Amino acid sequence: MSKITTYETAWCPGCGNFNILDCLKTALEELNKDPYEVLMVGGIGQAAKLPQYISTNSFCGLHGRALPAAVAAKIANEKLTVIVNSGEGDSYGEGGNHFLHNIRRNVDITHFVHDNQIYGLTKGQASPTSMVGMITEVQIHGNANIPLNPVLLAIAGGAGFVARAFSGRQEHLINIMKQAIEYEGYAIVDILQPCVSFNKLNTFSFYSQRVYELDSSYDCTDKTAALLKAMEFEDKIPLGILYKENKSTFHQKNIILKSGMPLIDLQYDPVILDTIMNEFI
Amino acid sequence: MGGICRIRFEGGLLTYQSREIDKSLRYLIFINYKGGIIIYNVLIGGTAGQGIETMATILQKLLKDSGYHVFAVRDVMSRVRGGHNFTLLRFGIEAIQSHSDILDGIIAFDEDTIKLHVAQLKQDGFILCDTQWKIEDSRIISLEMVSLAKQLGNIRTIGSIAIGALLKIFGLKPLHMDEVLGKYLKEQYKEVNKKALLQGYDMAVSKYEIPEHNDRDLLMISGNQALAFGAIAAGLKFYCAYPMSPSTSIMEFLASKSDKAGIVVEQAEDEIAAINMAIGASFAGAVAMTGTSGGGFCLMVEALGLSGIAEIPLVVVDVQRPGPATGLPTRTEQSDLKFVISASHGEFPRMVIAIRNHKDAFYQTMRALKLSKKYQIPIILLSDQYLADSVATIEPYDLTDMAIQEDNELLDSKEGNYLRYRITQDGISPLLIPGKTKNFVTADSDEHDERGWITEDAEVRNAMMNKRFRKWDKLKNEVQEPEFVGEDSYDTLLLGWGSTYGPIVESVNILNQDSYGKYAALIFGDIYPLPEKLLKEKVSNAKKIINIEQNATGQLADLIRERTGIVCTSNILKYDGRQISKDEIVNRIRKEVLE
Ligand SMILES: Cc1ncc(C[n+]2csc(CCOP(=O)(O)OP(=O)(O)O)c2C)c(N)n1
Ligand code: SF4
Ligand SMILES: [Mg+2]
Repeated sequence: MSKITTYETAWCPGCGNFNILDCLKTALEELNKDPYEVLMVGGIGQAAKLPQYISTNSFCGLHGRALPAAVAAKIANEKLTVIVNSGEGDSYGEGGNHFLHNIRRNVDITHFVHDNQIYGLTKGQASPTSMVGMITEVQIHGNANIPLNPVLLAIAGGAGFVARAFSGRQEHLINIMKQAIEYEGYAIVDILQPCVSFNKLNTFSFYSQRVYELDSSYDCTDKTAALLKAMEFEDKIPLGILYKENKSTFHQKNIILKSGMPLIDLQYDPVILDTIMNEFI
Repeated sequence: MGGICRIRFEGGLLTYQSREIDKSLRYLIFINYKGGIIIYNVLIGGTAGQGIETMATILQKLLKDSGYHVFAVRDVMSRVRGGHNFTLLRFGIEAIQSHSDILDGIIAFDEDTIKLHVAQLKQDGFILCDTQWKIEDSRIISLEMVSLAKQLGNIRTIGSIAIGALLKIFGLKPLHMDEVLGKYLKEQYKEVNKKALLQGYDMAVSKYEIPEHNDRDLLMISGNQALAFGAIAAGLKFYCAYPMSPSTSIMEFLASKSDKAGIVVEQAEDEIAAINMAIGASFAGAVAMTGTSGGGFCLMVEALGLSGIAEIPLVVVDVQRPGPATGLPTRTEQSDLKFVISASHGEFPRMVIAIRNHKDAFYQTMRALKLSKKYQIPIILLSDQYLADSVATIEPYDLTDMAIQEDNELLDSKEGNYLRYRITQDGISPLLIPGKTKNFVTADSDEHDERGWITEDAEVRNAMMNKRFRKWDKLKNEVQEPEFVGEDSYDTLLLGWGSTYGPIVESVNILNQDSYGKYAALIFGDIYPLPEKLLKEKVSNAKKIINIEQNATGQLADLIRERTGIVCTSNILKYDGRQISKDEIVNRIRKEVLE
């Protein structure tokens, strides 16, 4: 088992992010990942600070832009295990377009969305997944917009690994994380995460009362069943791998990358320059 | 058209000058023929979808393969069918740097072409067209081109018929047809077009006699192709962009070479993704670049600052077109200069290089990729539609010692000791590739300490800002001075940047042939940080400084004034989306400045 260290954080005591960090550390160690070959990528937000708190390579870019940087780093060097940790505002709001299109691109990275159903870092405004009626200092009459269902969207969009987890169910979360990291292709896990400071609706007990783990009777390869299951987000919230399918990855489809040689290690034959120049003579 | 003609004998060369009033342009046109130099200029015009582009391409290649210099620029409306489109094609026996408004010939595939351009035609020029256009002009050469094309069973062969006729008119032989037609036409159309070309040749009679010339080893390349080729030569590994005219052909060219050159070319979902992907790939160790036009650049600016603060090498190409917003999408302008030198909030070192010509496009792209890696800064390459789409013949590029070398010295950092943002004397910190050593490589868009960890400490903030700007101080010693052309003893100094290089260089030659004074010019390539040495020196000798730019506000003049206090005497500005020509520069200097 490899050894990974975590550092002091700037999160509020009781925040769901602590468990997510702990579980991620354990998942990486149990998968025996060499920390020097892991790249953690975040955007901006409370969740997106995670790459700073763990002993791996880290890239903390711009709000909403974690995915483009992450997939390109993986394209450049497929030996890296690339993991994105970011909030749902970052992932589905500011970065919504990248979310849609990286499902299509299917680069082999893992995307852990810390879904606290609120904007934490900016002190509590409605996020893309906030419940209707949530009162904030901006949404003074209650949030009027219907929440996005990220897992439903991901399955409908063609993602090959779609899961939901809860920061309060650690063993389950570690298990899901390991499978997501091992999955070849774009894997998204929407992790329900209480924000103790700002989200007074979706608390630890709110989630605890509603979540249940999918058991072996659920067939996560059945897309129609998965779409129905993904719509369940009321009194009962299913946790687990909602949908899984083997799909060709970006690297497997790319003529240059499919050899398995990292792009950064490819040397071009200088003869190509003469060949190109001759085309213009 | 009335005018004055005079003949002068100057410096051993016979100079013939004719002065005519051009009604459409409403300014004076001066035409100079210098003895011994023969360059002809023809315009091929029609509506979109008539195959004018293919015809021009074939003609260019035939002329080039016959050993002549060529410069061609397309004027295309933003539509796929209809409208008025044309190609201006100059060719001759010496190097050609730009286009010209004064025509020796018009090849018209519709009546509009004649109406719109006849005022630019020399008195002894010609108009080649089909017999169906009943136009009264003694310069008309009308041939039965349409009926011949119909006889040949393919109306689209009309282009080849015109090429044949044109070669004959210029007294050239129909050589190299098989290779050239084979290169640009599908196999099944080759024979019929060859037939058409030869029959067109037989229909016409010779009007000119061009001496033989033999510069067959020249390259014939467009600005965007040259730029993309330069990137390949520098070892580009990743190019990511969102389609936008006039930058798209960079992506298309790179894609066409990607399999052989080992480059991943990815079309992004938007320009924000494109630049963030380029940054991500660069962070992971790939030589990466993105390209767009002004509108797309607008979307990229936040990430430009990310490259700045996280010190991740990045080259962004902005192929300018007229703005604001959608502007004139298929036309040209130099109006993004002030924008790109200050784009993105906050302060960080950056470099802006303007591409002046087809030679620069190759070498400066290579240099930009190398410098961005050396200094770990964003570098913006400013090109424009004129340069991007124009095709020129130039000397072949020197292909020795191309690709960016890894700095292996830095890879030795021992485990645990590595500081990604180490404070160094010159501000350049050791840049490692994640996964290649037993070190953790970090990047952070927040202010950070030497390890790359987020901090708000005031002292660290200052130290990091100072460190980043020390790189800029070092870079300032490496900027290239503008190119000086013209007479050593001059009274008027012209200033310009980027793609007006060709028109300015040629206009200085023309201006120095008459008695309106002595001229020189400084044309900037590296433009930010602004190289000041040669500028200050040359300005001190000038009585007049005329700034020439393809924009409405004189952005270079502003930048020069801001950085040096030097104030230009006057500006020649153009912002109608059409590139200024040598002829227009000469005329406007005489009219706007001297009168
Ligand atoms: C371009 C830009 N717009 C806005 C912000 C301010 N901002 C930072 S994080 C954030 C939202 C964070 O919400 P989420 O992604 O859900 O993360 P959380 O803090 O809840 O973990 C916003 C609006 C920013 N940093 N950059
Ligand atoms: S604000 Fe909310 S999400 Fe952020 S650290 Fe505090 S509890 Fe966690
Ligand atoms: Mg959130």
